[in-house]
Amino acid sequence: MTPELLAALQEAQAKKRPVALLTRLSDGHQLLWPDSAVPAALAEAAAQALQEDAAGNLTLDGEAWFIHPHNPPLRIVIVGAVHIAQALVPIAQAAGYAVTVVDPRRAWATAERFPGITLIHEWTDDAVAALAPDARTAVVTLTHDPKLDDPGLDAALKSDCFYIGALGSRRTHAKRVARLTEMGHSADSIARIHAPVGLNIEAVTAPEIALSIMAEIVAVRRGAALGRRAPAAAAA
Amino acid sequence: MSDSEDVLATAAGWRAAGENVAIATVVETWGSSPRPAGSRLAVSASGKLAGSVSGGCIEGAVADAAKQTMASGTPQLLDFGISDERAWEVGLACGGKLKVFVEKLA
Repeated sequence: MTPELLAALQEAQAKKRPVALLTRLSDGHQLLWPDSAVPAALAEAAAQALQEDAAGNLTLDGEAWFIHPHNPPLRIVIVGAVHIAQALVPIAQAAGYAVTVVDPRRAWATAERFPGITLIHEWTDDAVAALAPDARTAVVTLTHDPKLDDPGLDAALKSDCFYIGALGSRRTHAKRVARLTEMGHSADSIARIHAPVGLNIEAVTAPEIALSIMAEIVAVRRGAALGRRAPAAAAA
Repeated sequence: MSDSEDVLATAAGWRAAGENVAIATVVETWGSSPRPAGSRLAVSASGKLAGSVSGGCIEGAVADAAKQTMASGTPQLLDFGISDERAWEVGLACGGKLKVFVEKLA
């Protein structure tokens, strides 16, 4: 890998720009897509690898190429700068996720409690909407306070995020479903919410709950059966 | 930051500090390989390792190849698998098969 290519790859990563590294395996010749013009078949393979976030191989004119996607990190938006959030942050970071914490309560969302983490103090609906959750984003609400969690969930349900989780018991969630229905969300839409949040590992402490949440996010992201829930009606 | 990016950043740091560095990347897998295509292992001339290309069973052999590539500048495509005698030596116990591309970080 040339210093120029390494610099270009690292710059794309710093700017959170998706790029694919294309390597000709016979001699190590490398190109970065879409920065360099490449044959159509390579461009197509690069776009597909980025879309699927999976490396691939292509033989073009008798030459084997390795297609290596470099997507920006997956994101987790945590609503509620609470104790469980403090436990979730390092676990999420270790799993490769970029973390943002949203909480308008400045006493909770402090740099002292969340060193080095992006903190947003706007109201939760504006904050979550502004973060524009996409298919590579998970949203988790942890305040346990409807006036903070509901607007955050409202914004998350209007987005394409791949995971929505909400802290609270089945009873709490049943009431939440009623409120979100009143806000105009359909049953199908509300069924996107994983609640009670996290895989059922009988978690008790904040780090254990954080671990169960992170495990569920990974299960959903990777399409594991554990990540699928019964419809919300069955949980009520 | 994904773990393979982390490895690249570590490798870039070693290189910037004046060390010779090679990067090994899993480019294809068959069967039960512990690390997917795209997984990286960085190796420095002084023997530092970052990342992984397997569960640990072929890292030693890959590091040896990395040192050759550091010296020659020529990339290598390594094959590991149960049908491969060399893989028996390094013990790919999982029964998987994989190809690893090794290049110098110039």
